[in-house]
Amino acid sequence: MLLSLAIWVPIVAGLLVLAAGGDERAPLQRQIALAGAVLGFLVTIPLYTGFQPANAGMQFEQLVPWIERFSINYHLGVDGISVLFILLNSFITILVVVAGWTVVESRVGQYYAAFLVLSGLLNGVFAALDAVLFYVFFEATLIPMFIIIGVWGGPNRVYAAVKFFLYTLFGSLLMLVALLYLYGQSHSFAILDWHQLPLSLSEQKWLFFGLLFAFAVKVPMWPVHTWLPDAHTEAPTGGSVVLAAILLKLGAYGFIRFTLPILPDASRDLAWMMIAASLIAVVYIGLVALVQQDMKRLIAYSSISHMGFVTLGFFIFNQLGVEGALIQMISHGFVSAAMFFCVGVVYDRMHTRMIADYGGVVNTMPKFAALMMLFAMANSGLPATSGFVGEFLVIMGAMKASFWLAFLAATTLVFGAAYTLWMYKRVIFGPVANANVAALKDLDSKEKFVLGALAVAVLFMGVYPLPFTEVMHSTVEQLLRHVAGSKI
Amino acid sequence: MNWSLLIDHLPALPEVVLLLGASALMIYDAGSKDPRRTGTYVGAQLVLAACLAATGFVLWGAGAARLVIFEGLFVADLMGHVLKIVSYGAVWAALVYSRRYLLDRGLLRGEFVTLMLFALLGAMVLISANSFLTVYLGLELMSLCLYAMVALDRDSPLATEAAMKYFVLGALASGLLLYGLSMIYGATGVLALNEVSLRLGALAGNASDQRFLAFGLVFVVAGIAFKLGVVPFHMWIPDVYHGAPTPVTLVIGSISKLAAFAMAVRLLVNGMFPLAHDWQQMLALLALLSMAIGNITAIAQSNIKRMLAYSAIANMGFLLLGLLSGVVGGNERNAVDAYSTAFFYAITYVVMSVGAFGMVLLLARAGFEADNLEDFRGLNRRSPWYAFLMMLLMLSLAGLPPTVGFYAKLAVLQSAVAAGQVWLAVAAVVLSLIGAFYYLRVVKLMYFDEPRDAAQAAMPIAASPGMAFLLSVNGLAILLFGLYPKPLFNLCLTAIQSL
Repeated sequence: MLLSLAIWVPIVAGLLVLAAGGDERAPLQRQIALAGAVLGFLVTIPLYTGFQPANAGMQFEQLVPWIERFSINYHLGVDGISVLFILLNSFITILVVVAGWTVVESRVGQYYAAFLVLSGLLNGVFAALDAVLFYVFFEATLIPMFIIIGVWGGPNRVYAAVKFFLYTLFGSLLMLVALLYLYGQSHSFAILDWHQLPLSLSEQKWLFFGLLFAFAVKVPMWPVHTWLPDAHTEAPTGGSVVLAAILLKLGAYGFIRFTLPILPDASRDLAWMMIAASLIAVVYIGLVALVQQDMKRLIAYSSISHMGFVTLGFFIFNQLGVEGALIQMISHGFVSAAMFFCVGVVYDRMHTRMIADYGGVVNTMPKFAALMMLFAMANSGLPATSGFVGEFLVIMGAMKASFWLAFLAATTLVFGAAYTLWMYKRVIFGPVANANVAALKDLDSKEKFVLGALAVAVLFMGVYPLPFTEVMHSTVEQLLRHVAGSKI
Repeated sequence: MNWSLLIDHLPALPEVVLLLGASALMIYDAGSKDPRRTGTYVGAQLVLAACLAATGFVLWGAGAARLVIFEGLFVADLMGHVLKIVSYGAVWAALVYSRRYLLDRGLLRGEFVTLMLFALLGAMVLISANSFLTVYLGLELMSLCLYAMVALDRDSPLATEAAMKYFVLGALASGLLLYGLSMIYGATGVLALNEVSLRLGALAGNASDQRFLAFGLVFVVAGIAFKLGVVPFHMWIPDVYHGAPTPVTLVIGSISKLAAFAMAVRLLVNGMFPLAHDWQQMLALLALLSMAIGNITAIAQSNIKRMLAYSAIANMGFLLLGLLSGVVGGNERNAVDAYSTAFFYAITYVVMSVGAFGMVLLLARAGFEADNLEDFRGLNRRSPWYAFLMMLLMLSLAGLPPTVGFYAKLAVLQSAVAAGQVWLAVAAVVLSLIGAFYYLRVVKLMYFDEPRDAAQAAMPIAASPGMAFLLSVNGLAILLFGLYPKPLFNLCLTAIQSL
C-alpha cells in the first residue's frame, strides 16, 4: 500500500496541478505541486524506517491481479536494492519543484504536472515486480521527459527530445521481445519467478542482448551514450537533474533486477564485454569530458563516466563491487543533481552555458562558489564526500578481480578531478571576466535551500555511509549467491 | 402466421431494424426541407440506438451462444455482436464529429446519412456472414455505399479521382475474391463456411486437391488483403483517405476495417482453418511488408490524412501478426489466444482511428481543411485539452504505455512469440520504432512549436457540446482501457472461444 502511495500521490498531484487551470493560476499550481512533492516524499519515509535490513527478500509487497488473461499482476515490492532509489527520487522531486519556482514562467501547470507524473512513474519502475508493469512504467517515463525537454528546453530542444525518445524506445522495444520470450517459457510475468527459470546458455545470451540494448541505452554505456549529452544540454535545469539523478539509474537498476539474476550464466560469460565497455566509458569518456566547452555537456560526459563505474561494479560479481556500484548510483544522484542545479543557478542569471563566458564568479557569488566547490570535490571523488565511497568500493572490488582492472578504473580519480576542477577554476576563480559576471547576484533563499539540502546529503553520505549500505547488504549478498549458481 | 419461425430468426433483428430504419429515414429525408437536416441527424441516431437495443436484446437472449439461421447463411455469435456494437459507436461518432464539417461545406444531405447506414448494414451482413454468398453480399453492399460516399463532394477533383480509384480497384478485388471463392467451391461443393471447413479437413492429404485449393486460397487472401488494405494491395488507401471528405475517411477507416477483420476471420478461420498452414505464410509476408512500407512511407507525409492512411496500413500489418500465429506446426492450441489478440487489436485500432480523424474534423473550418500536419502546430497553446487528447491518440497508435495501443501491440507480439515467430516480432518492433517517429512529430508540432502565425493562434476551436463530449470520451477511453484492459481482453477471448 505504501508503495502504491509513493507512485500515485505524485501522479494525482500532477493531475490536480493540471486541473487548476492555465498560467493565470500559476501561484496556486506551484503550491499544489510543492504540497504534492512533499507529501510524496513523506509517504516514502516509512519505507525506510519500516525496512528490515536483515530480510533479503521483497518487502511492502502488494499484489493485485490486473490482466489475468496474460497473468499480469499489479505487483509491487522493494528490497534493499530498490528502496533507496524511491527515496532518492521523491527527495529530488521536491528540489526540482522548489528550483523551478521562479524560473519557469510559461505553462507552469504543465511543467509541474510533467515532473510530478514523472516522479510517480519512476517510483513505479523501482517498485514493480511484474515485468509488464515494469515495462509500462519504464516506457511511460519517456512521455513526460520528452515533453519536458521539448517544451522548456534550449534552442536545439526538438532534436534532443526526439533523439532521446527514439534512442531509448529502440532499446526498450527489443527488451519487450525478450520479456515476451521469457513469458513464453514461464507463462508468468513475475520477475522473481524468472529468477528461478532454467534457461540454456544460448537462450540466455540472446536474451542478454535483448535486455542489454534497453538498459545500456538508459545507463548510458559507451557506445550508445550519444543521446545523453544532447538531452542534458538542451533540457531545462529540472529536466537535466531528474535525467541525471534518476533516469540514468533505470538502466543500471535493470541490469541488477533482470540481467544478473535471470541470466547469470550469460552475465558471467559476457562480463568481459561489459567490463570493457565500462572501462572505455570511465577512461575515454573522462577524456572527452576534459575538452568540453559547455558546462552542461561536461557534466553530462562526467555522468557517463561515473555510470561506467556502476556497470563495472556490477559485472565483477563481488560484494564490494556491487555495493559500491549501488552507493555510486545514489551518490551520483545527489552529486550530478547538485552540479546541474549549480549550472542552472548561473544559467538563469547569464543565459549561457559556455565556460568561456564565465570567470571570477567567486567575486560576486561567494556562497555559491563555496557550495559548488563541495559538489565539484564530490564529483571528483574526494574522501569525506559521497562520491568517494562508491568509487573506492568499486576500485577495491576490481582489485580483487584484477590489478589492471583496478588500475584503469582508478584513473577516474585523476580525470574526474581534472575535468571538474579545471571547469571550476575557469568558471569561479580568476578576475571578473565581464560585466555580466560583475552584475551577478548571490544565491536566493530557494537556491540556498536546494543546494544546501544536497550539500548535507553529500557530506552525510561521505562521512557516514552506513545507513545506506546496511539496507542493501543482505539483498546484495543473496543476489551474488544466486548469480554464482548456474541455470543451465 | 408461423410465430416460431419468426422467433427463430430474431438473431437478425439488428439488421432488420437497421434496414427498416434506414429506409424510413431515406423517405423522410426526401420530403425534408430543413437545410440543417436536424430531423435526419436525430433520426439516424435513433436508428443506431434501436440497433444497439436490438443487438443488446439478441445478446441478452442468446449470450455467447452461436446461432446459425437462414439455412446456414447467417450466423449470430459474440464476436459479431461485439463488432456490430463497435461499428454503431463508430458510425455514431462519424455522425456527431462530421455534422459541422458537412454543414460548413453544404455536404450534409440525406445521402450521406442513408449511405452511411446502408454501408453499416453491409458491414453487419459481412460480420454475420456464414456463407460465401453472404460474405459477397455484405461486402458489395458496404463497398458500393462507400464508393458513392467518397464522391459525395462532387466538385472536388481529388474526391472524384479517389472515388474512381477506389471503385475500379475495389471491383478488381471483388473479382479476385469471387474467383478464389469459386475455386474453393469447386473443390468442396459447398458454400456454408462451417461445411467448407469440414470438407477441407476431409480433403487433407490429397496433393492435387491441395494444389487446387492453395491456388484458390491465394485469390481469397488477395481479396481480404485488399479490403484490409495491406501491402501489396494498399495502393488505394492513401489516395482514398486523402481524397475523400474527412467524415467519409473516418467511416472507411473504422467500419470497413472492422468488416474486413470479420471477413478475414469468417473466411480464413471459420471457413478454411484446415488450410491455416498455407494462409499463415501468406499473411506473414503481407504483415511484414505492410509494417515496413506503411511505417517508412508515413514518415514522408505532410498531410495528416495520408499519414494516417499509411499508419492504417502498418497497423493492419500488426493486426495480421495475431491472425497468423494461430497454428504452430499443426498444433491448434494457440489459435484462440492468437485470434483474440487480433480481435483486440482491431477494436482498439478502430477507437484510435475514429479519434484521430475526429481531431482532424475538429480543427477544420469553413473553407479550411486542417488536414496538413502544419495545422496542428501549437495546438497546446490554442487548446491544451484537445492537444492532450491528440497526444494520447498518437502515443496509442505508436504503441506506448500507458495507452491501450500498447496492450494491443503487446498482445499480438506475444502471440507471434508464442508461435515461435521471434524474428517476425523483432522486425515488428523495429518497424514500429520507425513508426513512433511520425507519431511523435505530431506531438512535437502540438507541444514544441508555436502556432504558425497570429491568425492560426487566434483561430477558435469550437466544438458542439456533443462533439466535445464524444471526442473526450473517445480520447480518454484510450487511456482508461490502457490502465485497465482486462475486461476488453476477456471479452475478446470469450468472443473468439465461441466462434
